[in-house]
Amino acid sequence: MNPAFTIPAFGPVLPEILMAAGALIMVLFGAIRGERPGYAMNIIALALLAVTFVAVLMLPGERVETMGGSFVVDGFAKFMKALTLIASAGGVILSLDYMRREGISRFEYPILIVLSTIGMMMVISANDLIALYIGLELLSLSSYVIAAFDRDNVRSTEAGLKYFVLGSLSSGMLLYGSSLVYGFSGSVSFPVIATVLQGNVSIGAIVGLVFVAAGIAFKISAVPFHMWTPDVYEGSPTPVTAFFAAAPKMAGMAMATRVFIDAFPGITVQWQQIIVFISIASMVLGSFAAIGQRNIKRLMAYSSIGNVGYALIGLSAGTAEGIQGVIVYMAIYLAMTLGTFAVILGMRRGNVMYETVDDLSGMARTHPVLAFCLGMMMFSLAGIPPLAGFFAKFAVFNAAIEADLVALAIIGVVTSVIGAYYYLRIVKVMYFDEPAERYDAMPAGVKLVLALCSIFVVLFGIVPAPLVAAARAAASSLF
Amino acid sequence: MLGFGILSGLLVLPLVGAAFILTLRGDSEAARSNARWAALATTIATFLLSLVAWARFDTATASFQLVESHVWLTETIRFKLGVDGFSMPLILLTTFLMPFCILASWESIGHRVKEYFVAFLVLETTMIGVFCALDLVLFYLFFEAGLIPMFLIIGIWGGKRRIYASFKFFLYTLLGSVLMLLAIMAMYWQAGTTDIPTLLAHNFPSNLQTWLWLAFFASFAVKMPMWPVHTWLPDAHVEAPTAGSVILAGVLLKMGGYGFIRVSLPMFPEASEYFAPLVFALSVIAIIYTSLVALMQEDIKKLIAYSSVAHMGFVTMGLFSMNEQGIQGAMFTMISHGLISGALFLCVGVIYDRMHTREIKAYGGLVNRMPMYAVVFLILTMANVALPGTSGFIGEFLTLMGAFRSNTWVAFFATTGVILSAAYALWLYRRVVYGELDKPALQTITDLNRREIITFAPLILLIIYYGVQPGPILDVFAAPTETLLNNVQAALATVKTAAVAAH
Repeated sequence: MNPAFTIPAFGPVLPEILMAAGALIMVLFGAIRGERPGYAMNIIALALLAVTFVAVLMLPGERVETMGGSFVVDGFAKFMKALTLIASAGGVILSLDYMRREGISRFEYPILIVLSTIGMMMVISANDLIALYIGLELLSLSSYVIAAFDRDNVRSTEAGLKYFVLGSLSSGMLLYGSSLVYGFSGSVSFPVIATVLQGNVSIGAIVGLVFVAAGIAFKISAVPFHMWTPDVYEGSPTPVTAFFAAAPKMAGMAMATRVFIDAFPGITVQWQQIIVFISIASMVLGSFAAIGQRNIKRLMAYSSIGNVGYALIGLSAGTAEGIQGVIVYMAIYLAMTLGTFAVILGMRRGNVMYETVDDLSGMARTHPVLAFCLGMMMFSLAGIPPLAGFFAKFAVFNAAIEADLVALAIIGVVTSVIGAYYYLRIVKVMYFDEPAERYDAMPAGVKLVLALCSIFVVLFGIVPAPLVAAARAAASSLF
Repeated sequence: MLGFGILSGLLVLPLVGAAFILTLRGDSEAARSNARWAALATTIATFLLSLVAWARFDTATASFQLVESHVWLTETIRFKLGVDGFSMPLILLTTFLMPFCILASWESIGHRVKEYFVAFLVLETTMIGVFCALDLVLFYLFFEAGLIPMFLIIGIWGGKRRIYASFKFFLYTLLGSVLMLLAIMAMYWQAGTTDIPTLLAHNFPSNLQTWLWLAFFASFAVKMPMWPVHTWLPDAHVEAPTAGSVILAGVLLKMGGYGFIRVSLPMFPEASEYFAPLVFALSVIAIIYTSLVALMQEDIKKLIAYSSVAHMGFVTMGLFSMNEQGIQGAMFTMISHGLISGALFLCVGVIYDRMHTREIKAYGGLVNRMPMYAVVFLILTMANVALPGTSGFIGEFLTLMGAFRSNTWVAFFATTGVILSAAYALWLYRRVVYGELDKPALQTITDLNRREIITFAPLILLIIYYGVQPGPILDVFAAPTETLLNNVQAALATVKTAAVAAH
C-alpha cells in the first residue's frame, strides 16, 4: 500500500520560495522593461535579499526536516544562509556603479545573483545527495554566466568558459562519487548514509567519499582543485570576483560541513585525513603562490585559497568546536574579502580600472582613509590581533589543538607567517612608497560596503562575544 | 563606571588622544603643531594616570591589584586586567618614557606628523596592555598588536634600509609569537581557562610543560632578544627613528623578560629548571659575543643595539638563576636598561638630528663645541658600563650575584661582559666626544637646546637616584619574587617527592 501523499511543510522552505518567486518576477519585469538605465532591478534584488534575510532569521532554531527529508533547516543552516545573503547583497551593491561605467549594466545580472543565491541556500540546507547536486548546479550555472558577464571582453569570456569546463568536470566527479556512495550505502539521504556507514566500510564507499570530497574541494577552490581560481578571479569583472570570493565560499564551506559531519560521521577517520591534506596543501600553496603575484585580483585568489585552507582546519577537527571555528572564520572572512574588493573597485581613474599591486603605491597619502581600511584588511587577513582576522584564526587553531591536530596547527601558523609577507607587501606599497596619482572618488555603494566591513574588522575585537556565541549555537545544532 | 577601572583608563587614554589627532584637518604647520601638543598632552596625562594607579598600588602584597574583569571572547576567556609588583614598574616605565619619545620627535619628524603620533599612541596602548593583561589571550593580543604600529613607524619614518628592517622585525617576531599562541590554546584545553591567576596555580604535567615552555621560549627569546635570534634588533634599531629606538629598547624588549617572569617561570617551573642551563648558555654567549660584536660597530645606534642584547643576556641569566637576587636583579636591570638605553638613543638622536649620520667616523671632538652634551653622554656611558652609583650597576651586580649562587661558571663568564661593555662604551665615547674637532661639518654644531635638556634631565636624575637608592624599586619586586620562588620551590619539591616515591 502506498503511503498517503501528504503536503510537505513549506514553512522551513519559505526563504527559498520567496527568492524563487522573486527571481521569476524579476525576469518578467526585466523582460517587459527591457534594457533601460537605472538601478531598478538591482534595488529589487537587494530588497528581495533583505526580505529573505529577515525570513531566514525568523526560521525556527531547532532542526526541521521537510520535503521528504531532503531539505533540512537548523541553526547552522540559518547562520550560513544569513552569511550567504549578506555576501550576495554585497555582490550586488559593489556592482552598481561598475556595471554602469563598463557599459554592461544588464538586468540579468541581479537575477543571476539571486538565482545563484537560491542554489547556495539549497546547498546549505540539502539533506540528501540529489538535493545537494541540484542546488550546486543552480549555483554553478548562474556563476558561469556571470563570470562571462562582460561578454565582449576576451578575459571575461575566457574566465567564464574555463569556469564552466572545470566546473562541469567537478560536478561530474561529485555526481560519480554520489552514485558510489548511494551504491554502497543504499541511500542518498544523509542521515541514512550516516547510520549505514559506520566504522570499517567497504572500499567502494571510500572511493565515493573521495570523489565527493574532490567535487566539494573544487567548489571551495581548495588545493589540488584550485587551478581555475586565479584565472577566473582575474578575468571576471571585479564585482563578480568579489561575489565569487564571498558568497559561493560561504555556501561551499557549509556544504562541506554538512556532507562530512551529517553524512559521514561514522567514518571520520577516513575523511579527516583527506581534509587535513587539502587544508595543508591549500594553506601552503595559498601563502607561497601569492608572493609572486602582481595583479591584486590574482593575489586575492591565492589569498582565498589559503583562507579556505584555514577554514578547513576547523572542519578537520570534526568537533563542535571545529565547526564553530569554521563559522566564525567564514563570517570574518566575508567582511575581509568584501572590504578588500571594495578598495580594489575604488582604484579607477576615468574609464580605466587599475589592478596591480603597484597601483596602490603611496595610497596612504593620496587616500588616507582608503589606505587605512585596506591596511587593516591586510593585517586582519594576516591574522594580526586585535583585528577580526586574529579571532578567526584563533577559533580554528583552537579547535585543532583541542582535537590534537597539533602538526596541522603548527603548519597553519607557519604558513600564516609566510602569508603575512604578501599582505605586508601591500601595506608597504601603500604606506612606504611614493604616491601616484589620485583615483576617482569612490561610488557611494562601494563606500558603504567598505565602511561596514572596516568597522567590523577593526572593532570586532572589542565585542567578539555575540558572534562567537551565535556561532557556537549554530555549530551545536549539527551535533 | 560600568566596572571599568584605572587600568582600562590607561589603555583608553592614548587611544582617545590618537582619535583626537585623527580629527585634525589638513597638513599645515598649525595642524602639525597641534598634533605634537596633543600627543604630548596625552602621554603626560597617561603618565599622571599611571602615577595615580601607582599611588593606589600596595607594594606589600604579591597578589594582583586594581583587577577588573569583563566578559570578552567567551565566559572563560575574559577581558581581565590587573597589576602586581612585576608589572606595575614596567607600566610606569612605559608611560614615563612616552613623553620623551614625543619630545624627541618634535622636530626630527618632518613628514606625516599626524600619522606618526597616532602610531605612537596606539603603540603605547598595546605596551601597557601587555603589562596589565591578566588573560593569556589578551596578553597575546596586545603582544602582537604592537607589531602593527611599530612596523609602520620603522617603515615610514625609518632610515635607508627601513623596508628591509620593518619586514624583518615584523616577520621575525610574528614567527616567534604564533607558536606561543598554540601553546596558549593547549593550556586552555588543559586548564579550561586562560586566566593568568588561575593558571599560576595550575600544575601542568611535566611532559606538556616542556613543549609549552619551548613554545613560549620561541616567542620571548625573539622578543628579548636572545642570541642567536637577536639579528632583527640591530636592523630595526638602526633604521627606526630615534623615538622608535627608544621605545624598542626601553619597553618592547622588556616584554620578553616580562613574559618569562609572568608565564614561563611560574607556570612551567619544572621545564624552567630543566632548561635553565640552556638559557644560561645562551645568555653567556649573548653577553660575550654581542659585546665583542659591539666593539667592531661603525654605526653608533648599532653599537648600542648590540649592547642592549648583551644587557638582556644579564636579564635572562638573572631570571633563570631562580633566586631572590637573580630575579630582582633581572627586573631591576630591565627598568634601569629601559632608562639608560632609552636615554642613550635619545643622545644619538641629538647628534643625528644635527648631522644626519650615525657613522662613528663622522664625529670626533664634540666636547669642544658641545660641553653639555659631552657631560650627558658621559653619564649615560658610565651608566651603560654599570659604574657604581648608576642604576646599571645595581642590576648587573644583583644578576651576577644571583648567577653566582646558582652556577659559578656562568657568573665567571658573564663578568667578562662587564669588562667588555666598558671597552666598547668608553671607546665609543672617546671616538665621538674626545679628540680634535677637525671635521669641517662639525664646526658649526650646536649644543643641547632647551627642549633637549628638559628631555635628558629627568632621565639622568632617575638613573643616578636609583643607582644610589635602589630600595624603592626593589621593594616593589620583593613580595611577588618571594611568592614566585616559594611556588616554584613547592612545585619542584612535589615533583621530587613524587619521583622518590616512584622508586
